[in-house]
Amino acid sequence: MSQVSEYLPLLPEIIVVIGALVLLLVGVFNEERGAKMVWGLTMLVIAAAVGFLIKDWGTNTILFNGSFIIDDYARLLKIMVLLGGLVTLYMSITYLSETGIFKSEYSVLILFSLLGMMMMISAGDLIALYLGLEVQSLALYVVASFRRDSVRSSESGLKYFVLGSLSSGMLLYGCSMIYGFTGTIYFNEIATASLVAGAPSLGLIIGLVFLLAGLAFKISAVPFHMWTPDVYEGAPTAVTAFFAACPKIAAMGLLIRVIYSAFPELIDQWQQIIVFIAIASMILGAFGAIGQTNIKRLMAYSSISHMGFALVGLAAGNREGIEGALIYLMIYLVMTVGTFALILSMRRNEEMVENIDDLKGLSQTNLTAAFMLGVLMFSLAGIPPLAGFFAKFYVFMAAVKANLFPLAVIGILSSVVGAFYYLRIIKIMFFDEAKEEFTQMPSQLKLVLGASGLFVLFYVVYPNPIIEVARVAARALLPTI
Amino acid sequence: MLTALFFYLFASLTVISGFMVVFVKNPVHAVLFLILAFFNVAGLFLLLGAEFLALTLLIVYVGAVAVLFLFVVMMLDVDFAELKSGFLNYLPAGLFVGGILLAEIIMVSGAWILNPALSTLEKVKEIDPTVTNTENFGKVLYTDHLYYFEAAGIVLLIAMVGAIVLTLRQRDGVRRQDIATQVGRQPKDAMEIKKVETGQGI
Repeated sequence: MSQVSEYLPLLPEIIVVIGALVLLLVGVFNEERGAKMVWGLTMLVIAAAVGFLIKDWGTNTILFNGSFIIDDYARLLKIMVLLGGLVTLYMSITYLSETGIFKSEYSVLILFSLLGMMMMISAGDLIALYLGLEVQSLALYVVASFRRDSVRSSESGLKYFVLGSLSSGMLLYGCSMIYGFTGTIYFNEIATASLVAGAPSLGLIIGLVFLLAGLAFKISAVPFHMWTPDVYEGAPTAVTAFFAACPKIAAMGLLIRVIYSAFPELIDQWQQIIVFIAIASMILGAFGAIGQTNIKRLMAYSSISHMGFALVGLAAGNREGIEGALIYLMIYLVMTVGTFALILSMRRNEEMVENIDDLKGLSQTNLTAAFMLGVLMFSLAGIPPLAGFFAKFYVFMAAVKANLFPLAVIGILSSVVGAFYYLRIIKIMFFDEAKEEFTQMPSQLKLVLGASGLFVLFYVVYPNPIIEVARVAARALLPTI
Repeated sequence: MLTALFFYLFASLTVISGFMVVFVKNPVHAVLFLILAFFNVAGLFLLLGAEFLALTLLIVYVGAVAVLFLFVVMMLDVDFAELKSGFLNYLPAGLFVGGILLAEIIMVSGAWILNPALSTLEKVKEIDPTVTNTENFGKVLYTDHLYYFEAAGIVLLIAMVGAIVLTLRQRDGVRRQDIATQVGRQPKDAMEIKKVETGQGI
């Protein structure tokens, strides 16, 4: 008989589940003020979960016969995902109330998808992996089409749903192959089973390929990226900000956990695949963004290429690589959230505008915002001494250490190509004829934009805490290598 | 002996109602035959000792899926006569798919004959025959597999919330029944008593 106290490490998840269930009722019973109340309480719930995650830092627990792993690696990713969700939810209130879709269910669905991400990050077997993924995706499909009177929002939700189900199908097929050829669903047992067999069986490799294909879809890595620009463009901007920040990080965390804890013996096999999708994502992300006129589409391509860079760290196959990928994800999160804070403030005459041309001459109308976005763009392009440069630096160093020189060289070249379109935005903001002024920026967007701009600027001064937590997390995942 | 009798009863009824689903003219009758087929398959499961599966089949397929079919058939105005006009054109394709399925079934069930080495593989763990299936499920579903069970519940909840959020619309001008108002209504709100003068009318 198990004690209740055994399940205490599960407290962050329990808080999120019960919070979501209660808030669902709160929203239903308060029709007028419910949306705003639930919005505030949701942020409180997320903050409480983050608090408990930080409190338990440093302990390891495995629950439910190995289905649920709680270690520092999981905790770091969960904190990242939850903070990303908290900030994007905080930013979204002006957008949601102005487009008339501010309902209590929005916050609850975001909370549920965060729960799914936490389940993904802690997954210790194939069923838990799949269930976490579905909890997350299902909530995301709904929020993508949350602006149901807009054709483009509905289209984006439907597209995401259809392609997402396809990827879930591939993932499940892969899982069934892996189970069939190893006889177990637990990651650590899969690792030992593939070790015993000597040369890995063909069926196991096919299963691994399908599993990676399904996960690559979730992080929108090439060649499974085609949904990203359409979904990002069509979804309500507040939702796009959330999409760009949280699900990517959770799926990347899951991918790292799966390949390192279940397939350490198959490194030769998965390394090839990861190297390929990393190169393809970096190149396609860089070239695809050049012709874009819509800033949300541009951010979609930008996120594709950034996932490619993070995968470079993963492809290295050593602990530096994981550290690099984690640092990359943290810095990417801050940069993306900051950029979307500005995109959310692009309003003119009560309407959202989302073309890059609308940023023309922003420096003359709002110098601070233009400066902050400029800093973020330089950082996304990877120009020293901003944070984005260091993010790329760590992953490329890891790749060089693993003797993957071609990968590092292609990565650097594609980041040069990528710099073109980031710099174009800066040129448009600072050197073009000024357009009409944007509507006054809401204070919460100012706060987020300012904070992320300052983080990016001053990361170089005191990078130690971030490097240190990434190191602890990577060691929790890979104690031996 | 009695088991064999019931097996042939259920099996033949399943096959017959399966044919009827395809061949009857009236789509509502087809759905009703489908329900009959489900019932007989449930009977077959019972004979095999899989009582949990039999009950699930009845609850899920008869209780939900078939009723849903019936609703769709009755609500949508589909011209089934026209739909069935080119029926025989699909026969070759249908036979082809059916043939592949048959070959696959034979290969799966006859795998031991094709490859004798398979019989040495580890068999699925036998369950305690003194305990029923349902009890066995109950023993692990809420203990060992509690996490999966709860997670699946959350998935279903999200699906429900999503469906409601995306489709529920508050329409104006709809008159809903409000029982409290009906019951709480007083005679003086509803009636007005007028004194009518003789020979005048109102």
